[in-house]
Amino acid sequence: MEIYVHIPFCQRKCAYCDFLSFPADADTQKKYMKALLTEIRDFPCDPPMEVSSIYIGGGTPSFIYAEAVAKILQTIRERFVVDGDAEISMEANPGTVTADKLALYRKAGVNRISFGCQSADAGELKELGRIHTWPEFQESFRLAREMGFTNINVDLMSGIPGQTEESWERTLRAVAEMGPEHISAYSLILEEGTPLYRQYIEQKNILDTGVTQKEMISILRRKHAAEDGQGMRQTDADPEIRQTDGKQDIRQANGNMEIRPADRVQVCDAGHLWLPDEETERLMYDRTAEILDAYGYHQYEISNYAREGYACRHNIGYWTGVPYVGMGLGASSYMSRTRYRNTSDLDRYCRDCSLGRKWQALTEKDMMAEFMILGLRMTDGVSENEFLHRFGKTADRVYGDVIRHYTDLGLLERENGRIRLTRRGISLSNTVMADFLP
Amino acid sequence: MGSTDQSRIRNFCIIAHIDHGKSTLADRIIEKTGLLTSREMQDQVLDNMDLERERGITIKAQACRTVYQAKDGQEYILNMIDTPGHVDFNYEVSRSLAACDGAILVVDSTQGVEAQTVGNVYLAMEHDLEIFPVLNKIDLPSAHPEEVKTEIEDIIGIDAEDAPEISAKTGQNVDQVLEAIVHKIPAPDGDPEKPLKALIFDSLYDSYKGVIISVRVRDGSVKAGDRIRMMATGAEEEVVEVGYFGAGQMIPCDELSAGMVGYITAGIKTISDTRVGDTVTDADRPCDEALPGYKKVQPMVYCGLYTEDPTKYPDLRDALEKLALNDASLFYEPETSAALGFGFRCGFLGLLHLEIVTERLEREYALDLITTAPGVVYKVHKTDGEIIELTNPSNLPDPSEIEYMEEPIVKAEIMVTKDYVGSIMQLCEERRGEYQNMEYLEASRALITYHMPLNEIIYDFYDALKSRSRGYASLDYELIGYQRSELVRLDILVNKEPVDALSFIVFAGSAYDRGRKMCEKLKDEIPRQLFDIPIQAAVGSKVIARETVKALRKDVLAKCYGGDITRKKKLLEKQKEGKKRMRQFGEVEIPKEAFLNVLKLDEQ
Repeated sequence: MEIYVHIPFCQRKCAYCDFLSFPADADTQKKYMKALLTEIRDFPCDPPMEVSSIYIGGGTPSFIYAEAVAKILQTIRERFVVDGDAEISMEANPGTVTADKLALYRKAGVNRISFGCQSADAGELKELGRIHTWPEFQESFRLAREMGFTNINVDLMSGIPGQTEESWERTLRAVAEMGPEHISAYSLILEEGTPLYRQYIEQKNILDTGVTQKEMISILRRKHAAEDGQGMRQTDADPEIRQTDGKQDIRQANGNMEIRPADRVQVCDAGHLWLPDEETERLMYDRTAEILDAYGYHQYEISNYAREGYACRHNIGYWTGVPYVGMGLGASSYMSRTRYRNTSDLDRYCRDCSLGRKWQALTEKDMMAEFMILGLRMTDGVSENEFLHRFGKTADRVYGDVIRHYTDLGLLERENGRIRLTRRGISLSNTVMADFLP
Repeated sequence: MGSTDQSRIRNFCIIAHIDHGKSTLADRIIEKTGLLTSREMQDQVLDNMDLERERGITIKAQACRTVYQAKDGQEYILNMIDTPGHVDFNYEVSRSLAACDGAILVVDSTQGVEAQTVGNVYLAMEHDLEIFPVLNKIDLPSAHPEEVKTEIEDIIGIDAEDAPEISAKTGQNVDQVLEAIVHKIPAPDGDPEKPLKALIFDSLYDSYKGVIISVRVRDGSVKAGDRIRMMATGAEEEVVEVGYFGAGQMIPCDELSAGMVGYITAGIKTISDTRVGDTVTDADRPCDEALPGYKKVQPMVYCGLYTEDPTKYPDLRDALEKLALNDASLFYEPETSAALGFGFRCGFLGLLHLEIVTERLEREYALDLITTAPGVVYKVHKTDGEIIELTNPSNLPDPSEIEYMEEPIVKAEIMVTKDYVGSIMQLCEERRGEYQNMEYLEASRALITYHMPLNEIIYDFYDALKSRSRGYASLDYELIGYQRSELVRLDILVNKEPVDALSFIVFAGSAYDRGRKMCEKLKDEIPRQLFDIPIQAAVGSKVIARETVKALRKDVLAKCYGGDITRKKKLLEKQKEGKKRMRQFGEVEIPKEAFLNVLKLDEQ
């Protein structure tokens, strides 16, 4: 079994982030920790279950007081049996860690640290609304090594507004030169409810009226200047914003932009609809695998690359159907064909972590679909034997038509009892995966 | 009620620009009046007629009768007749107006005279209706009734000095409207002793009563047991019941006599026997001649209708049968398409009628439909002397077998205010119109006559007309015959495969332009797929336009971890739903809306 622990706090919400995370004061953090520890302590398992990996994510787990992490791990150890060689990861933001904090994490048992670096380019970091600089990341990384972390991941992002193939390559190389064990390279996805999304809609709405790119920029300039004159309204990040529909977002986008003036002007000056086009993005994606391969990183999942032996065991667990318990605000758990999710309402969670929990039973068809969809995310794909073993029938019997269709189109391939996406299939994986759904 | 009481009947309609308060005023009139005369009330009690029983039947009727106790102490029967509002149904509108003796013109006193106001008044004037204006919404602070009165007099040319100033919303001065109805609208003047002569202005099908026809009795009278004949269709039946429409109820009565508006049921099973505009008479004592103005409504526009799921074909057949019960102008017959399977070639009054029917089929009968390009009826003269009436482009013979082709020509009469004469004439020229005549009816209003191919009119002409005249132009057209013309079939090929459902007949000179637009539009309608998709327009074997839908290059979820699985699955489910709305054409998936959308090319 795996354990995920969610820390929903950060210093400031990033422009692209739709995760359940928001700034919070020390009191709120303490109150939350109390509820979280109660959830772990009261987890019903007798005899205690064995835990193969722990992942502390967020938010920014390194943002809250360092002792909290130690306390969480200690409480887990009291309730569960944590394997001696368990992978214990935590996410950290460059600029929020110090030598002391890192030493404390190490001592508490954290053996893998994951830095949200995103880019080596100052402009791109600003575009994303990140709080750190590239030199700060370099410093944090150096400190982590110094404190004895031998398994470090670095998160990077392609498809950032204004990003070019060249700047993306520079970022990749700069990070690879530093030699982390693991690199996650994600394409930016515009999520509804995020400032970047609103900004996109705002620009799209203007362009849809038939004006040119240039006119749009001057319209935006005037509009923003007028807004700035009145003083910008700041919104608190809404943890439930993900559930708002598109319409609402457009309305919010018109009235309530949570984007700092400096960023906006820069976005406009880029002179294009600020996102790299699809073809550029695809080229970036292909270059990622090539470049990282040259540095000895093997791609093992759509967005994940690792040196030999350093693939993230915890995440592989998600993709191969290992049961997991999620502790904390909005965290999801999965075991015995059931998935449940904690409330996303902080007050409710702090009152009683089991309030407002949503349960979902999975049918056999759901299970098979997930086996395929999640399994195909990995470059090794899924094992046909494993499918037969789990569901008592062959993958061919259930998905024969789909597999054949996409094999014929060159998006899937079968080899040595495994089914996997081809290189082209990865780029078009949604199309393929959708057809495995019941 | 005796047949001598015509002097106390008023038959009228309410005409207004949209949102000027037509239905609010109608509601207020119903509210301020009663449904039964005092004598009928007594009869009801005596006859012990169970009104409650009838209340269960709610029918959306095109007429409503109320009873008004006027200031002169008399009771008046007010018949309000509703009118539909689009050029496709111009004929139906004209029959509704023909059933009235007068019209109330409602003008919003905050807005003044607007486009539809003018159009509606002209139509009513053509039927010699007595029109009196009413100024609505005077409760609003922005009302300026005096200026609006001047406007009515200047633009429309009717006296507005005594126009009641009302608020249909609050009910203020609505009694003045009721008095004006009594005093300004003439009473009917038919002869109750003459043989029955009644105008059908609406008919609807009810599964219990059969066809219910709405009539305005001109002369004579009709009661249960009478044998009636529809003069145009020749259908004869015995009357089962006569009565009138209260607000949403059918209230039976003994007799409908000259001047009255009401309904007749006669166990008629098919609505095509009771055509709007036809004259009902007594089968045993028929009148000499029918009322003027009847036209057998002919479908002008044809297209193919198919179900997306071919196995739903029988459902479509049943649904069309049911719709046709209530829509005499809907024509349908089975046909087959290589690309779409079994379906129906259907005939409609116009494009709006087409849209209404397809929407009802989809919504009320839960059918997913595919609609082919609308066309008109062409005459193909073959070299062997045979003449084919072509309603389906797929049946066009090989060019080598065609001597020549003819297309239907209409006389289009466009009424327009003088400011737009130039732009409307330009539009007609663009659409191959042949100028016939122009006359000024008044200083500000002109009637322009063109002979034009119907083909051009069904191709978005009405919208173009409205947009180039800011809504002030009205169009009427009638078929005047056929004319030889250079016509070709334009084929659309998706991924090199001709889509027979998208082929249409077009004037040779417009083929390139239309083909290019079709390709451009189709390109926007077909989502990118796993490979490049060429879209071509061709006449015969010659490709005249081409576009390409570029292959999808990247469609991937960057992240999917334990907390996102449910949400990411939902995204994929959405994508799968999207695929379901597609129709497979060879290797290509085409969304079903693509067809209708491609057909709606804008005039730009």
